[in-house]
Amino acid sequence: MEISRNWRLKNQRYRLEGTTCTCGQKSFPPRRICPKCRENPQHTVQFSGRGHVYSYTTVHEAPEGFEEYVPYSVALIQLEEGPLVSAQLTDVDPEEVSIGMKVEMVTRKLKEQGDTGLIVYGYKFRPVLRC
Amino acid sequence: MRTAAIVGIGQVAVKEHWETSLRDLAYQAIKEAAKDAGVDNIDALYIGNMLGGELSGQEHLGALISDYCGFNGIEAVRVEAASASGGAALRQGFLSVASGAQDIAVVCGVEQMTDVLQDKVTTGLSLGLDSEYELASGISSTALFAMLTKRYIHEGCCTPEDLAAFCVNAQKNGVGNQYAMFRREVTAEAVLKSPVVADPIRALECPPVCDGAAAVVLAPVETEGNHNQNHDCKYECDTPVKITGSAVATDSIGLDNRKDPLVFESVKKSTQNALAMASKKQEDIDFYELHDLFPIAAALSLEASGFAKKGEGALLGRNGDIALDGTIPVTTMGGCKARGNPVGACGVYQAAEAALQLRGEAGKNQIECSTGMIQCIGGTAATAITHIMEV
Repeated sequence: MEISRNWRLKNQRYRLEGTTCTCGQKSFPPRRICPKCRENPQHTVQFSGRGHVYSYTTVHEAPEGFEEYVPYSVALIQLEEGPLVSAQLTDVDPEEVSIGMKVEMVTRKLKEQGDTGLIVYGYKFRPVLRC
Repeated sequence: MRTAAIVGIGQVAVKEHWETSLRDLAYQAIKEAAKDAGVDNIDALYIGNMLGGELSGQEHLGALISDYCGFNGIEAVRVEAASASGGAALRQGFLSVASGAQDIAVVCGVEQMTDVLQDKVTTGLSLGLDSEYELASGISSTALFAMLTKRYIHEGCCTPEDLAAFCVNAQKNGVGNQYAMFRREVTAEAVLKSPVVADPIRALECPPVCDGAAAVVLAPVETEGNHNQNHDCKYECDTPVKITGSAVATDSIGLDNRKDPLVFESVKKSTQNALAMASKKQEDIDFYELHDLFPIAAALSLEASGFAKKGEGALLGRNGDIALDGTIPVTTMGGCKARGNPVGACGVYQAAEAALQLRGEAGKNQIECSTGMIQCIGGTAATAITHIMEV
């Protein structure tokens, strides 16, 4: 069931929580020790969830648990605070995606573990809504 | 440290081995290597394997394979570093012999991947990524290399045709390798017309899912200092292939945690350290068995290893510099693309292939050489393991 494994990640999956260091380094996922200056401890921060597409692709051969969703788009998102995040794209056709496209985080279903298993939720990114 | 050398090699033809088990694959490779080296007894066995637990339901390969091969009682462990497991096992074998801890060590890379369906293989191959942040979003290893490829093309470093040249070269070299899975040439047009797996990576750019095992016997070149009283440190090998450089380096496991994902820092560090240990420079390297998990991995490895400037790795493919008669031949026996990529075994296949080149036994693929460099990368180059080999 892996309940605890997923529960432990709730602050990252739902709030995009990472860490900052006094040296200015910002990290997602959170770290205990700064990868740049090795300072410890790090301070918790919630990232804005806004950024742009650094690169992307469409998955046709999915890992287990994601087969029913193919084809789906995934991307490396450069957050406006700096860090890159690996995530799925949503609410967009694969052919509409481009490098540099502005995106924002939304909470979506990541996968279902069968009829009786967990439904795992987390962050995905969609094109920024124009109003 | 004393000088350790490869004094015996054994390879199993890479293919779908539906009639052979994991332990039998390893046995065949080890038997060949021991026969080639003329040794009956060994002191230690290091197994390079990535997916025994995940795909074969079998961990604890050190005990399993040492006993099955008739070496019950010796030091034997499995070494794991994702797709660099074979190189990691070679490193342990090297340290064991060079340090004097053991005299005759066998390093065997073995992987059985075709017993299960594709989704399970895709998952298995992605276990070397950050499972909580990359794999949890449905992002596979192929997807990450696809994103690197897309970004590399976007930055104007190459065209898809340039990258296809790495596949054309590998498949051409595979023709002359009796252990290769694919022994036929392909054209760049065929590569670029094959179905898209993860845009822009196409089917003919992916290494095949396969089974295989390779082994090498390591022994000290000088037998003075041999403290093992159980047997003489004897072997029969006309051309011992010395391992003069050996280095492992790591990087963040997540590709998204790199300052510049298009720079393989681990490759850079392990190459620099291995070359320094061997007192060699890039221009001394006659051939480079790089880890062509995908063409982009080959291009970025050439850059990080110092054979090309940043953004110019793919040009070596376009210009033919990577061919057998080029300035820096790569994947001389077919690489992952043509020989096949039984993941955890790959680093040991590289060692066996480089030994063939250096012994002058590479047949149609023979290049004039005295120094070679082999390198395997784990995950998206979160680990890089480089060895320099000389005769």
